[in-house]
Amino acid sequence: MTTMRIRAKKFLKTIAEKILPILTILFLLTIVWYFFTIYLNSAMQIDKYDKQGISWNISKLVLDTMSQERPKLPAPHQIAEEIWKTTVEKKITSKRSLIYHSSITLSSTIVGFILGTVLGVVLAVSIVENRAMESSLMPWIIASQTIPILAIAPMIIVVLNSLGFSGLLPKALISTYLSFFPIVVGMVKGLRSPDIILVDLMKTYNSSKVDIFFKLRLPASVPFLFTSMKVAIAISLVGAIVGELPTGAVAGLGARLLTGSYYGQTIQIWSALIMASILAATLVFSIQAIGYLVSKKMGYTNEEA
Amino acid sequence: MTDKIISAKNVELKFGKGSEEVVALKDISLEVGAGEFVSFIGPSGCGKTTFLRTVAALEKPTSGQILVNGVSPDEARTNRAYGYVFQSAGLYPWRNISKNVSLPLEIMNYSREEISKRVSESLNLVELNGFEKKFPWQLSGGMQQRASIARALSFDADLLLMDEPFGALDEIVRDHLNEQLLDLWQKTGKTICFVTHSIPEAVFLSTKIVVMSPRPGRIVDVIESPFPSSRSLEIRDSKEFISISQRVREGLRSGYDYNENKG
Repeated sequence: MTTMRIRAKKFLKTIAEKILPILTILFLLTIVWYFFTIYLNSAMQIDKYDKQGISWNISKLVLDTMSQERPKLPAPHQIAEEIWKTTVEKKITSKRSLIYHSSITLSSTIVGFILGTVLGVVLAVSIVENRAMESSLMPWIIASQTIPILAIAPMIIVVLNSLGFSGLLPKALISTYLSFFPIVVGMVKGLRSPDIILVDLMKTYNSSKVDIFFKLRLPASVPFLFTSMKVAIAISLVGAIVGELPTGAVAGLGARLLTGSYYGQTIQIWSALIMASILAATLVFSIQAIGYLVSKKMGYTNEEA
Repeated sequence: MTDKIISAKNVELKFGKGSEEVVALKDISLEVGAGEFVSFIGPSGCGKTTFLRTVAALEKPTSGQILVNGVSPDEARTNRAYGYVFQSAGLYPWRNISKNVSLPLEIMNYSREEISKRVSESLNLVELNGFEKKFPWQLSGGMQQRASIARALSFDADLLLMDEPFGALDEIVRDHLNEQLLDLWQKTGKTICFVTHSIPEAVFLSTKIVVMSPRPGRIVDVIESPFPSSRSLEIRDSKEFISISQRVREGLRSGYDYNENKG
């Protein structure tokens, strides 16, 4: 009985401490959003009234600005309705289902992220273990990130297409291109994080470089890896969406954004954007959860738990 | 000759070059016999840690010769001749206490049964049995340092090199650990080299006290202790204890005079 009560109390505390602040901001944002919806859409609405000779008052105007077909800024409930229609009410296999499009983008995000993580870890290891690699590779790794992804993405797609690769792989490679960078930086830092005395200690055991790597550097780098993986997976999603833009892809969130902008379907664009951010949040939190479980299993301290 | 665990002859070690050059060790000659407990005391920069690191083959002397168990420090390390305890416990946060103690044994390819036997023996010596499954952050500073001593003892090297192991602990814990260390030394018959900058600690623990001075790092006095190897904390109130402490203090002061006369 008492444990039940304690648990209930803890649950309420979690809600009060974690959920309430988020909801407060959401509430404020929604109010601001509605304000801008009315403000931005009213000019066009008034124009329409004048042309069609409809008499209007403020309350009619406010309501009408929130139900336009192609508003400058759709109202939150219009977007919510669109998301509902394209996820719950459409079959997943349908070309108009947002879940279908999300899954296309998600698959190239995941493939790109995995490739990026592997590439990043391999580069980081070779940089830490070999000075020549550091001085020869590091400048190129940094330079690679100064090229705007919007400029290089179409080139990658075109080149790969002419080599016979299309569909998922070219998009995934753009995700890889973006996501390997935070992994390299984080892993180099993590592999070098052990205190000098821990390295000296390993030397007093006459241990090999391999031992120092697997018993000291690698386990010490795990928390760093998960931190950079959180950045990398979010940036992978951006890469996948950007990869869908220049190809005239027919499927994926990027394609949704593009067709939406062709036909001025702002509601469609916004719902694809919201979907993308929900996807990003889910991915980042999944990595965080895995990271939490792994570090707990490894025995790292966690004062919050 | 064979019972000399460490013998150093005219060891000199310089860091840096030209105007940056620092003489860390100058003309160090010293012998440490089997079963001795030798303390190295001096202000920071006197080279006491550097000397220990040289014995451990973590630094190379610029000139002079140093032998550990009659062979070069590098070879002694390959033979796993010594265990090293650092000032901070240096436990791996992702390993529990028994896994931390087993680390050197894993690297040295001991069998699984041998590892578990040695881990429990070492933890016994430092009175940490029952804490095998705890992680370092769940232990107090003193207990962490005991775990790190257990780790250094686990592969049963005859020589224990300790670099200010209790420097970061408060005095009460320190007294307790000093007694424990003496006890451990008598039980195991190991040779211990112990770096400290506490005079009472040095005088209480050692059979031989090496007083050192900085710039350049050198030995100014070597004092043989008159106390029997079995001793209690009470000896700290005895006349001999006070007179040895005085001699150590004088040795430390003479190092400064030397510098002032020179400069």
